[in-house]
This record gives sequence, structure tokens and C-alpha cells, in this order.
Amino acid sequence: MSSWFASPADASARLHATGYLADEATATTAYLAGALEKPLLVEGPAGVGKTELAKAVARACGAELVRLQCYEGLDEARALYEWNYKKQLLRIQAAGDQAWDETHDDIFTDEFLLTRPLLTAIRREEPTVLLVDEVDKTDVEVEGLLLEVLSDFQVTIPELGTVSATRRPFVVLTSNATRELSEAVKRRCLFLHLDYPDSEREREIVTSQVPGLSDKVATQLVEVVARLRELELKKAPSIAESVDWARTLIALEIGDLDEESVRRTLGVVLKHSSDHQRATKELRLAAAR
Amino acid sequence: MTLLDTHLGFVEALRAAGLSVSLAEGLDAIAALERIGWHEREVVRTAYAATTVKKQSQRTTFDAIFDLYYPRLVGEGVASEPDPDAGEEPVGGLRDNAEALGAFREELAAALEAGDDQRVQDLAVEAMARFGAMPGRGPGLSSWSAYTALQRVTPQELVQQLVAGLLGAGADPADAERVAGARVGTFTRLVEADARRRLAEEKGARHVADVVLRPTIDRLDFTAARRADLEEMRREIYPLARRLAVRLTKEQHARQRGPLDFRRTVRASLATGGVPLETHHRPRRPHRTELVVLCDVSGSVASFAQFTLLLVYALREQFHKVRAFTFVDQVHEVSHHFTPGGDVVEVMENLAASTAHAARWGRTNYGRALTTFADEHADALGPRSSLLVLGDARSNHSDLALDTLRDLAGSARHAWWLNPEHTRHWGTGDSAARAYGEIVPMVECRNLAQLGEFVHDIL
Repeated sequence: MSSWFASPADASARLHATGYLADEATATTAYLAGALEKPLLVEGPAGVGKTELAKAVARACGAELVRLQCYEGLDEARALYEWNYKKQLLRIQAAGDQAWDETHDDIFTDEFLLTRPLLTAIRREEPTVLLVDEVDKTDVEVEGLLLEVLSDFQVTIPELGTVSATRRPFVVLTSNATRELSEAVKRRCLFLHLDYPDSEREREIVTSQVPGLSDKVATQLVEVVARLRELELKKAPSIAESVDWARTLIALEIGDLDEESVRRTLGVVLKHSSDHQRATKELRLAAAR
Repeated sequence: MTLLDTHLGFVEALRAAGLSVSLAEGLDAIAALERIGWHEREVVRTAYAATTVKKQSQRTTFDAIFDLYYPRLVGEGVASEPDPDAGEEPVGGLRDNAEALGAFREELAAALEAGDDQRVQDLAVEAMARFGAMPGRGPGLSSWSAYTALQRVTPQELVQQLVAGLLGAGADPADAERVAGARVGTFTRLVEADARRRLAEEKGARHVADVVLRPTIDRLDFTAARRADLEEMRREIYPLARRLAVRLTKEQHARQRGPLDFRRTVRASLATGGVPLETHHRPRRPHRTELVVLCDVSGSVASFAQFTLLLVYALREQFHKVRAFTFVDQVHEVSHHFTPGGDVVEVMENLAASTAHAARWGRTNYGRALTTFADEHADALGPRSSLLVLGDARSNHSDLALDTLRDLAGSARHAWWLNPEHTRHWGTGDSAARAYGEIVPMVECRNLAQLGEFVHDIL
């Protein structure tokens, strides 16, 4: 039996305690990922709290977070492990007239191994949350590498043998869906799509993230954001933007979100000029001068 | 039927609907359900979704099938039991009559105005029970109809009442109308869902799943799309363009190793004691085509042409230059509507307005359109440009101007024809698809997925 969460309700409560307000689906899926010891693939638009979910799980369970940020051109040496060949060279030079066999045995030991996030997560004895961020940015080859790690939680190093996890980490993969992941990776994961929250939950999130925000402004803000998401925009505002907006309003000491203040601060939530114009038109704000 | 049978039937139905649910994923679902139990329907749904649906676009299909196999309630559910407090007679015994209809509509209006989702859901079930039954029909015919129920209840007529109510509560007019429309829409959908549930109960979920499910949005035919679908498709255009752009850049990086970058190679060799273990190369300059789009905007294929234009313009950076022309029987240039960073809705409105310029007689005439294009805009095509013709090639039996098209295709670097019709309809009736297809390679392009693939391939 794993020690992550006892039940979906427990997951929800403990995530809530760390400041992450999870909806029912998120809490249930997080519980299942822990109970079944399967990686969790989280997909959704930017800024809805995908990465934050992994951090919240780590905080809620008192685990350490190991993060692998993916990018184009990420390879085995950066993701898994690498031999510290400069140090190995030094060791060989320092060996003097030592026999080659001994030196050889010496330089392929733990001391010369540089562990990268995947190997680090597997070798840790304490509870670990492994976050593989933006996995869709990597090349297809890295996915193949992930397969072995994700299904058996083991890594094969030719010189050292196979390293198996003594304690399976809680794995979270996040993706923006810019590329279809391969079926093989998806099959091994539980899938969770995070979307924009309903207005009730969003209001809770904003007020919990931004202390000092009055209920009235929070309600108005969430309403405007919900309205903006219904428009055909290039980039709909996400939770991160709502929170930023709330912080802006606090900084500017705006106590009432009227048309004038919406118009003045719209730049915080909308990042395209055409989106700006559309919103101004649809919300019938006075045209910006 | 045991739970296992239901589970197997459910997984089978998911596969039939195009979700690739493997054996391992089915086992995962069972393992997940063992942990969380069966006592709450939404939790069961989440567990199934987490283990079997690995693509968000398939979620709608999944939800529809889930509702069929694990219905919200069976028969009339608790609603049919007499309410001891009010002393009412059971709903099941109360059938359709004018008095009941009046009372029901009042109750519905109140629930909609209050925005009470639970009550609206119950009322949708009641609407089907009272007004949607078609008893006494022959075996094999369905005895429930959402259409009948909605015809009797006419929720659309409640919109005005609802707007008035919301205005009274202090909402502003545009908002009130939007909210009222959305709520009535929800009610309509709930009634339809309940009809499906009842049919599934009567005939077996499998039967209903085969009949009522629509393809996912990226597999939906342009020509079969309803208005709501078109809006949803339009929202898909930008994400699609973004995905394509990312994929293209990645492939270009992987494919193109240009000339040796001497400086970087030498610099890198310092780390290995001056031995160049790894060579570095300059990226090759990407090849950018000039694209000329010629699209038929007559009623039958208008939406297809709009989508293709939108996608092409969303990918503007990938092309050196894009020029677009629309036609019905006259050719009209629309390139100027697509300004960089332009607003999608505005572009669509301008396009719709400019369609009037493309028609003089109002009947599609490919021959005349091609000839006018060759006369007026021949300079658009050159050895660096590619020609893309969009249309169903249905030319009302007029002259096809095959030679003109041959000349146009000859002067361009590449030429393609995208046809939104299924291949089996090509060459039937007044379709000249076969004749044109001999000159210009013709590609079937019926939905967003095919469109995305095509655009990716030509870049």
C-alpha cells in the first residue's frame, strides 16, 4: 500500500491545505496515480496549474520535488546520467604506474557519475515527486528513454548494472499538447485534462492566492474573465492571469472594477493587441485613447 | 447484466467509437475502480476517463457513451415515487394534458430563471416522461422522442420571459439575452440526453451508441457541420496552426544540416583537447513558398473555403507571401482582409461581405472564374509560387476551361486542388472533379484533421 493519499477526499483536503484548490476530478485522479503507482499525464492550456499540481502534491506529502524541464534537443546525458569524464581524466593521470585494470574499476564508480533528474528520482530513498515538465517539447527519442523509466522505474547503466527504484516516485508529466505523445507513453499514464475552472472555484483560488482582495472585486473579476473566455480570442486568460490581475488591482488600490479600470488594466490579462480590440468591442468599453 | 459485462460492453463501445482503448488500459480501469468503489457516479466517470481517454478531443464522445452505459437513473428514478409531503399523485401516472403542460412550463421558467441546475435536470427528465412518450408504436420503433417533448414544451419561447426576468433582477440587456439563451440551450441538451438514456434502456446501449454518436470535432465533415460545430471548429484553427508550426520547426531542425560551422566546431573541440569530436553545422535557410489560393465561396462549400483560408493565414509566417482570391463566377481578391495580428471574427465578417463581389450571376462557374483569373491576375503566379484551388468542382455543366487551368498550373511551381467532398462523389452529377483532377492533383479534404495533414505536407 502506498503512502501518498488515503482516498480522493483525503487528496482533496491535503492539496487544499497546501493552497492548491483541486476540483473533484483532479483530486480523484491524483489519488489514483498514487494508489496505482502510475505516472500522471496532465494536459491543458498554459497557466491552469499543471506544474503547480506537482508542486502541491510534493508539499502535501512532504516529498521532495525533482524536476526535469524538457526542451528540444534534450538527451540522455541531460535527462538520465553522464560520466564526469574530466574527473575521470584527472584520475587516470594521477594514477601514475597503477595497473590499468584497477584504474578502470576505479573510474566507473559512483564517484564519477553525474546523476541527472530521472536517475536522481529513482535512486532516492525518501518520498519523491518527479516532475517531467512540458514533455511535448522533447524529441521522440527521449520518449523512448522515458518508457523504461515510467513502466519499470529502473535505469540500465552498462558499467554499473540496472538501478531499480527502492521506492517508486510519484511521477507527473505535463504537456501543452503541441505534439501528440506516442501511444506507448500515453498507455502507461493516467490522463488528466485540466481546464479553466468554474467561476465559483476560480473565485476561491483568486481570493486564497491574493489576500486582501475584497469579495466584491473578486466576484466582478471572475465574471469579466469568464466573459472574456467566451470570446474568440487568440489566447484566453487563464488562472495565472486572473491572479496577476487581482494583484494588479491591489497594487493600484482599485476597490471597484468598473469599465474604466477594466480598460486601464486589460493588458494584464490579454496579451495580443487584436484580442484587446475584440474585448474592448465586446465588453463595450470606452475606446482606449 | 453483471458489472463486468457492462464494463466490457462499455470498453467495446469506446473502441467502436474510435478511441483506442488497449487491454492494459481496460485492466487499469478495473484496478482504479477497485480502489475507489462504485458508490458515486462522477468518481466512476473520472476513474474511467483517467484510464481510458488519453486525448481531450475524445472526451465528448466518452461522456456520451458513459451516459449510455452508466445512466444517471433508471426508468423514472426517484421522481416517480409519490412525494409524501405534498401528497401529489405520482408523476408516472400523470400524463400529457394541457393543464399539466401549463404548470410544467411555469415551473421550468422559474427553475431556469433561478439558474437551479439540479432542478432543471429533474425537469428535463420529467419533460421526457410526460411529453416525450410515443406509446403504442410497432416493435423496433423507438417509443421516446426528444423532438416530440421539445415541440410540446417549446423552451425557445421561454427565452423572452427569461430575459425579462433577468432584466428585472438588474442584469444588462446583452448579458441577459446571452444567459437566457445558454440556459435554454442547456435544458434542450438535457432533454436530448434523457431521450438517449431511455432509448438505451429499451434497446440496449450498444444500439444507441452506434446511432447517435457524432464524430469528434476534428473528424467532422465541413459540409455536415451545424452552426455550433462551425464555431467550435473556428476555435480549433489557432491551436491547430500552433501545433503545425511547432511540428514544422522541429522537423526542419531535425532534417536540415547545412554547411559546416567552422568557428563553432573549433570552439567545441577545445573541450576535447583540440580534437574535433563533434562537428557543428549552420542551419539551412528555410525554403518559403509564395502561395496563391483560389477558392470557391458559393453556398455549398463556403465554410470549407473559410477554414482553409483561416488556417493558411494563421500559418502566414511559414510562407513567403500569400494571396487569396474568392470566386463564384467572378474572381475577387481578398488578400487585404488578412492583416497581421488581425482579429478572427472581423476577418470572417469581411470575408462574408466580400462574397457579394465574387458573384455576378450567382451560379458557380469554374470555367469563367478560371478565365477571369488568368486574364486579370496572371501576374500572381510565377516560378516560385504554388497554386491551391479549393472547391467541389461542381460547375453547373458549364464550360470547364481545362486549357486555362493547364496553363495556370504550368506557370506555377506546384498546383493542388482540395475537394471537400468524399472521393466517391467525385465525377457524379455536375461534378467535374475527374476532369480537373487529371490536370491538377486533387486531394480529398473533408475535415480539420485532413486539412491539417495536407497543409503540413505542402510546407
